[in-house]
Parts: sequence; structure tokens; C-alpha cells
Amino acid sequence: MAPYIARRLLLTVPLLIVVSFVTFLLIRLSPMDPAEVVLQAQETPQITEELLAQTREELGMNDPFLLQYANWLMSCFRLDFGESYVSGQPVWSLIGPAFANTLSLTLISSVFIIVLSTLLGVVSALREGSLADKSTRGLSFFLTAIPSYGLASVLIWLLAVKLDWLPTSGMDSAASFVLPVAVIAVNYVGIYFRTVRSSVLSNKNEEYVLYARASGLSERAVTMRILRNSLQVAVAIFGMSIPIILGSTVVIENVFAWPGLGRLSVKAILSRDFPIIQAYVLIVAVAFVVINTVSDIVNAAINPKLRSERA
Amino acid sequence: MNTLEVKGLSVWDEATGSAIVRDSSFVLRQGRCLAIVGESGSGKSMTCKAIMRLNRGTIRQSGRVLLNGEDIGELSEAEMRKRRGKNVCMIVQNGMAAFDPSRPVGVHLRETLRTHFGWGRSEAEGVLRVAMESVMLREPLELMNKYPHQLSGGMLQRVMIALALALRPDVIIADEPTTALDAISQYEVVEQFVRLREEMGCSLLFVSHDLGVVKKIADDVVVMKDGMIVESGSLEAVFGGSRHSYTQYLLSSRLTLSRHFQSIMEGGA
Repeated sequence: MAPYIARRLLLTVPLLIVVSFVTFLLIRLSPMDPAEVVLQAQETPQITEELLAQTREELGMNDPFLLQYANWLMSCFRLDFGESYVSGQPVWSLIGPAFANTLSLTLISSVFIIVLSTLLGVVSALREGSLADKSTRGLSFFLTAIPSYGLASVLIWLLAVKLDWLPTSGMDSAASFVLPVAVIAVNYVGIYFRTVRSSVLSNKNEEYVLYARASGLSERAVTMRILRNSLQVAVAIFGMSIPIILGSTVVIENVFAWPGLGRLSVKAILSRDFPIIQAYVLIVAVAFVVINTVSDIVNAAINPKLRSERA
Repeated sequence: MNTLEVKGLSVWDEATGSAIVRDSSFVLRQGRCLAIVGESGSGKSMTCKAIMRLNRGTIRQSGRVLLNGEDIGELSEAEMRKRRGKNVCMIVQNGMAAFDPSRPVGVHLRETLRTHFGWGRSEAEGVLRVAMESVMLREPLELMNKYPHQLSGGMLQRVMIALALALRPDVIIADEPTTALDAISQYEVVEQFVRLREEMGCSLLFVSHDLGVVKKIADDVVVMKDGMIVESGSLEAVFGGSRHSYTQYLLSSRLTLSRHFQSIMEGGA
């Protein structure tokens, strides 16, 4: 196991370099002149050639391209992503708290998604064809079909406005998490519970299950085997889905006025606040790589076949 | 004494209403080997599972299965579970798929012995080591720590035979144990079955569509077609003077299909 983890971690180094380079390149490739954007964002009344040249010099844009990249990368390591063109505040002081807010929303939602879809998937597969199985499948179909902003609006109207049980928006207390987490979880549980269910069902018909029963093992022991093997698929899918949730909270954050990355990035894009956009892309990409690496390692820990194939 | 007696066994699928095995009866006598032959889909595997009461879902069965004179249809599920493995042990077709892919093969072996005999790890490993060595598996302790995907189909088939040896059942049911193997591994596995019978004197129900293998191992033969027994009798009677056209057809196709296998069997034996 240890050599596998070491190898997997080493693999992330070139991946992170490529990710950061592409992030840097994307911004440089945009047709806008950063110096001009900075001056416009600061609402400079008169943009002269001199002023542009001076700003370029300040931004280090006259340096060779690779040197610019290296300087930028080194400052990123110190969490120095420059200053916002619009407000002049350090980018990290804006994006750091926003990232923490989005990450906590994502992780709490993921815990609910994993626990609920595993539980529902396993129960409905083990009781295939029962009323519980049929009603769970029917309900999930219905809930998955509702777009998240629609469900969010209905829940806000019912639970926050009509009944006044929960806050409508913002992030002030633990109660603020209930609605956004519920909306995100409902959307994903409907999909992932089916994945878990079909994985358990296909494992139920495997020959190792027949042989375990034929050897006189108890139903409990047989069920444990089915679960261990079917959850491997589930873990792989959950590992891939956490970064997707992280990157797609934009809608939910805007509906619930959640002070997170999604809202911050939309605002930054609208005002062409490049340092924030760049930091946003980099942080989400790095989070992708990190979460994928962790889920690969977890997968290898429970699936010996993966371990020996790759290590 | 008849170790296993099947009387009027029928198996059908309740969902589709289709009959899988129709009114089949046969007897496996103490210490003998009865082979069920027939092509795929003739109901051989379903017969085996019906004897173990392992058909699930919408599959139903009727008729009587007597194991040592005891009707298994009247046993509770818990009683039946105690018989599985200990009294009637099954060796399944595909060794590669027979063991939990996430655990070393030894886990299944020890768990089975603990369930039936209450043996601890060292006790189980002691018995398994002897059993595995007797089926020509080298370094058994190391092998028990291997995962199924690290072993070959022939080795896994022999691991199942070794477990059967350790369990000392009254009846062993082997469902197409050589089908998924290449010719060399087939030869090794069949050799182990022959030795298994010589050493333990247990009764063997051997399901196969490979008549070359059947000829090597069986005393009595039952021929199945479309869920029905079309012919039965001693090996010599069925293979020598078969009257049924389907048996004759099987025998003639064997001659063309399994010459290669036969040459290995005869060369090695």
C-alpha cells in the first residue's frame, strides 16, 4: 500500500504544474490588455500611453513569459494572488473565506449524499421489488427531475417564508446550512442511490455469492461480501462527484446568497477582475486534483485489484 | 446405501412460467460418481442448485431430494445451511469468480471451516495446508494470502477441491469444474477429482458437457436434454450401447471435438 500511495502522490506533482500553467496561460491569452483593465477597473479618468506603460512595468508584464509564470507561481505558494482590480484588496482576503464557505457547504452536502445514497441504494437492492424499493425509486425520479433552483425556491417559500423555521439566505448559523444542503443532496442522492443499487444488484448475482452460500456461510456473511464489493464502485463515483459539486455550487450560492466561491467568481467575471478569476480557477483545479488523489488512495485501500495493477 | 436420491424433481421459473427441469429422478450411491451430461441450458446447473436449495428469486422447485435418507425440502433454512458445505459441498464452474475478489482466498476457507467446525485460525490452516498439498498446491500458507486475481483458474479450482477435502462432506457436487480451464489445467483438476474419490471415498455428482472427462471419472451417467433425463445407466451401458439418438449425437460430436483433450489425458495418465 505504501508504495502505491507514494507513486500516486508523485503523480500529482506534474499534474499540478500543468494545471497552474494552463491557468496562467488562459488569462494571458485573453484579448484584453491587463494594464488597460486595471486602469478601467480603478476608474482612471484619462488612460494615456504613458500610464499604460507604467502600469505594465508595475505588473511585471515586460518580463519574459516564463519568468512571469515562475514569479506568479512562487507568489501563489505564499497565497499571494495579487490584488483585486476593483477593490484593491488582496485576492486571498476575498477568496480565502469564500473558499472555506463553499468547501464546508460541499463537504457537508457530500456527507449527506454519501450516507443517504448508500443507505437507500443498499436497502432497495437487498429488498428488490419490495414496496420500499419501488417507492424510493419513484420518489427519487421525481425529485431528480426538479431543477435545483426550482426546488430551492419552493423550500424557501415554504420553510423560510410561510413557516419561518429557517433563514431564507446568508450564512449566519448552523440553521443556514439546512436548505442549501438539502437542495444539493436531493439532486445528487436521486442519481447516486441508483448507482449503488445497481452495483449491489449485479454483485448479488456473482458466482462468489453462490459459492459462499453453497459453503454454508450465514446470510450476514454473504451480505457483507456483497456490500464490500459493491461499495467500491460507489466510492469511485463519490470521489469524482465531490469536486463536481464544489465547482457547481454557483446556482445554489446565488439562490441562497451564500458567501462562497460561486458568487464571488460570478461577480469577478462580470467586472473582469482577473486576479480573482485566476485564483478561482487555480483553487478549484487544485481542489479537483487533491480530492481525486485522496479518493484514488481510498479506492486502492479497499480494492486489492487496483492496488496491484497500478503499483 | 444411497447417499443422494432425487425423486421427481421439477424446477420452473414462476415469473415466466417456463419449465427448467422436468420430473427428473436419479440416484447417487455411496462412494460412486454419477455424471450428468448434456449441452448448455439442459438444466444441469439448475438441478445442482435445486439439490443445494440455492435457486433464488422467482425459481421454484418441487419433488423430493433425499440426502442420507433425509428430505432436504423439510429442513428449515438454518438446518439447510448447516448441511451446505459440511454434508453436501459444491464446487462451482468458474474458479476465477468463485472467491470474494476483495479478500485473500484464505479468508473464505477459514470462514467456512470456522462456521462448520468452530476452528480457529491455526487449526483451520493446519488442516488446509494438508488438504492443499494433497491437491498439488505448493506453499499453501502463502497461497492463502493471495487475492483471487493473483491465481490461475486451475489453481482456484484446486483450492475449492482442497476445501472440499477439509470439509469431508458426504456428497460433492461439481458443476462443470473443468469448463473454464485450458486443456493442461483440465487434466490436473480431473486428476485431483480422481484422487479425491480414491482418498475420501465420498460420493461425487459430476456435471459436465465434456464426455472425455466424464469417461475418465464417472461410474454412472445421466443424460439430460431440455430439462429432461433422456437416458441413464452405467458408464459402459450409456457410452457403449446407447439407444437414444441424442446420446449418440453427443458421443459422435465428442469424437470430433475433444480429440486434443483425449490425447493429453492418455499421454499423461
